[in-house]
Amino acid sequence: MKIPKDSRLRNFHQAKWDEEVIFELSNKGERGILVPEAEPEIQAVVGDGMTSLPPNMVRAAPPALPEIAQMRVLKHFLRLSQENLGADLNIDVGQGTCTVKYNPKINEVLASSKKASALHPCQDESTVQGALQIMYELDCFFREISGLDRFTLQCSSGSHAILTMTSIVRKHHEMRGEGGRRDEIITTIFSHPSDAAAAAVKGYKIVTIYHQPDGLPDIEALKKAVSNRTAGLFITNPEDTGIYNPRIAEFTRIVHQAGGLCGYDQANANGILGITRAREAGFDMCFFNLHKTFGTPHGCGGPASAALGVTSELVEYLPVPLVEYDGTRYSLNYDLPKSIGKVRSFYGAFPVILKAYAWIMSLGGRGLKEVAQVAVLNNNYLLKKITAIKGAASPFKTGKHRIEQVRYSWEDLYKETGITTHQIACRMADFGFHLWSSHHPFIVPQPFSVEPTESYSKAELDEYLDGLRHVAEEARKEPETVKNAPHRSVVHTIDESTFDNPKKWAVTWRTYLKKHGRPPK
Amino acid sequence: MNPKKSFIHPYIPNSVPEVKEMMLREVGVKDADELYEDIPEELRMKRELRLPRPLLSELELKRHVERILAKNTSCEELVSFLGGGCAQHYVPALCDEISHRAEFLTAYAGEPYEDAGRFQALFEYESLMAEILDFDVVNVPTYDWGQAASTSIRMAGRITKRPKVLVADTLSPDRLAVIRNYCQPVLEIELVGHEPETGLLRLDDLRSRLMPDVAAVYFENPSYLGFIETQGQDIADLAHANGSLSVVGVDPISLGVLKPPSQYGADIACGDIQGLGNHMYFGGALGGFIATRDEEKFVMEYPSRLFGIARTAAQGEWGFGDVAYSRTSFDGREKGKEFVGTAAALYGISAAVYLSLMGPQGMRDLGRHILQKSRYAAKRLAEISGVELRFESSFFKEFVLDFSKTGKSVAEINRSLLAHGIFGGKDLTREFAELRNCALYCVTEMVTQSDIDRLVAALKECLKAGGGER
Repeated sequence: MKIPKDSRLRNFHQAKWDEEVIFELSNKGERGILVPEAEPEIQAVVGDGMTSLPPNMVRAAPPALPEIAQMRVLKHFLRLSQENLGADLNIDVGQGTCTVKYNPKINEVLASSKKASALHPCQDESTVQGALQIMYELDCFFREISGLDRFTLQCSSGSHAILTMTSIVRKHHEMRGEGGRRDEIITTIFSHPSDAAAAAVKGYKIVTIYHQPDGLPDIEALKKAVSNRTAGLFITNPEDTGIYNPRIAEFTRIVHQAGGLCGYDQANANGILGITRAREAGFDMCFFNLHKTFGTPHGCGGPASAALGVTSELVEYLPVPLVEYDGTRYSLNYDLPKSIGKVRSFYGAFPVILKAYAWIMSLGGRGLKEVAQVAVLNNNYLLKKITAIKGAASPFKTGKHRIEQVRYSWEDLYKETGITTHQIACRMADFGFHLWSSHHPFIVPQPFSVEPTESYSKAELDEYLDGLRHVAEEARKEPETVKNAPHRSVVHTIDESTFDNPKKWAVTWRTYLKKHGRPPK
Repeated sequence: MNPKKSFIHPYIPNSVPEVKEMMLREVGVKDADELYEDIPEELRMKRELRLPRPLLSELELKRHVERILAKNTSCEELVSFLGGGCAQHYVPALCDEISHRAEFLTAYAGEPYEDAGRFQALFEYESLMAEILDFDVVNVPTYDWGQAASTSIRMAGRITKRPKVLVADTLSPDRLAVIRNYCQPVLEIELVGHEPETGLLRLDDLRSRLMPDVAAVYFENPSYLGFIETQGQDIADLAHANGSLSVVGVDPISLGVLKPPSQYGADIACGDIQGLGNHMYFGGALGGFIATRDEEKFVMEYPSRLFGIARTAAQGEWGFGDVAYSRTSFDGREKGKEFVGTAAALYGISAAVYLSLMGPQGMRDLGRHILQKSRYAAKRLAEISGVELRFESSFFKEFVLDFSKTGKSVAEINRSLLAHGIFGGKDLTREFAELRNCALYCVTEMVTQSDIDRLVAALKECLKAGGGER
């Protein structure tokens, strides 16, 4: 469909290299990089080293890695990078719940310092005072942001923080002699799926509270769900719908009265920084994803980090070590006899921690509040404009405002045209946009989640809106164009039929060759 | 900061008051506060967050953070013999070049169309790892070795439907603590003893513990204490005869020269990719891998993303996507396998670049180089009076030195070495009762002969000096 003159849409085409799989580039004998030889004296003293190996442990055949000269390796991965759209390139508002915002370059520069990258975790404490200071101060920032009393930075993601909260819940009840009896964790259907999944890993039975017609979790259902088997409540607020649950303090009170602990999944807290806190809502624990709200890059899916905080009553259960400060020296404290132990080797994803520290230092208290308010303003601007697109809707609580994101639906458009969210997402790619079809729960039909954060200008938001409008219109006028999309992205419609078939799926190149034979050159 | 002065921040384009006004009008409210109508008054913050004064200019921010970082002394400034789960290896320039690419660095969860690049790069990561491990399936990276070992063990528990796992007692206490927490209360962890002279797993102890309730035996090779476990096949055979699985943790950088676990009976291999093209970052740049055979009963137990290769509607074009997605918690919530989410993908991409550069010969050369260096260091160090190699077994890059006969504690020795510009080996005194006054030394390609000779000279000097605090 022709792009109208007044549209902001670009005549976009993504880089498409038709790049080989790396193994196809192999040419026997080529070398990508050379390793230094050991000094002659070393060789004289110990020989080639291989003879010292137990014969039954020597690798007979070398690994069948490809053999490629350096420039071609570089070119290969550069081409693959061009076949990827990071937030630095696109208007990355289509990945709701994930807070894809600007990741300041200065923070990358700082994290590239050898004073960060070349630190070993077991160095003498006197040589890592700077690293420990950053961890300690970040803990203090989060205490203020949440109102809770102590944070650990060991968790490697939001889901990992949920696992850690679950471990703390279990420890807490065990210490009170109720570990066996309290075997249920309550969550809500619009909390992140990991609130249920990571809790189940620790053996808990999951009780899921569903929503009422207005989208809010049903407080009457919660009242019925709690009992002396309740270990805790894990809940997101605002939930994945972007709706803030105004009765949240009642929720935590009900669970506390039943003897449970309350964990606040604040993986995404971008809309409420400096507006409202975990402490006042009655939570015992909360966590923040540094790679979401606190501006560190997502790296195609990590490295990530979550700061997990607790009230003073639960500090003794936190994973070891904690970073302490006595006014002159920072140190690692392993002396927590009731600790759950560890959830990750060493202390946490330090480069991520460092970048989040720099991000907060750049904004301060007022800046954090500005982030939240602008993110919410941007979201409500999009809400108004998206719901005005014929075929799009925002289920639940229509007409009211949302916090930082909205789970929308293309159901009306689907009923009218047969075009699915997935097909729309594929067509959006033709204009350099990403649109995400959302994870569990699959309650909102033909769902899509949009979260604009504070990072994109009004002009960019308008451009993204033009994309949604254009594709929705195309679904009516030129459905084939949408169905066969993408046309100007990296690849064409993928044959997904093999992905669920054990006889045909191929998670590695070697299994592809075994199952499908060597492809023609 | 003047509260009345408008706050325009470079990271927030719509902080410009005129733009904000226009958007508020569009939305139909007077003030951004009105958008928070669902948040009850009593839950609202009545004051500004008390955080340090912001460093609004990039220059001030840079100065501030650099001033803090300057308090650190890195392993590039001194010589380091520290390992134990995180080690200094050379990071080729291409690894940094690719992992700093904005397209990879700032991407997240795009579709296999506009984000085809990350799908292919991570598929290639899986494929390259599969070659060095000689296994057919490898996951998109999880957090670290501890998580990879924990999940491997939980997978074994689900596959065999048995409640107990036997674990070699020479594991790093750090990693063992991660495993214990992750498995409790679903799987019981029971330790298997080792031979005091060699560190090798005690097969008699293993036999006596292999009961019908045992899901798996987990050991590491090379072990945390450096020695090479030579009985891998015996352990696997004993486990299999009992209907249990053999799960082996491995340092992948050793696999240019050492036999991979799949070749001595392992059903699941796991480990960490930090050494493959990733910097140490204070132990913060870890990434865990899990590898198995391509059997449905294994594949369907992975919680992680598994990216697969496929064809597309266009002739000859490769496409990528999620294999067996219904396993995951994204799809099945608590009915999925464990849980999945953001982990360490970018480190997987660095590792893919690393393995592509190294090739079969590079991995072999590097393995040999490390063997030579570590042997030279061990030999020279053990020549020092009072210093002994604790285990008589063969080792790869790490070995345990026993300082018991020197009359000095490891802490004391390490303080003295630090004064010579050397980070001595990791103190094991508090980790293993039998290894009081022992230290784990790690020797990689990053140290030169003269570094090792300097270490030997410094140690001699420090041991000559009297005292001792034991």
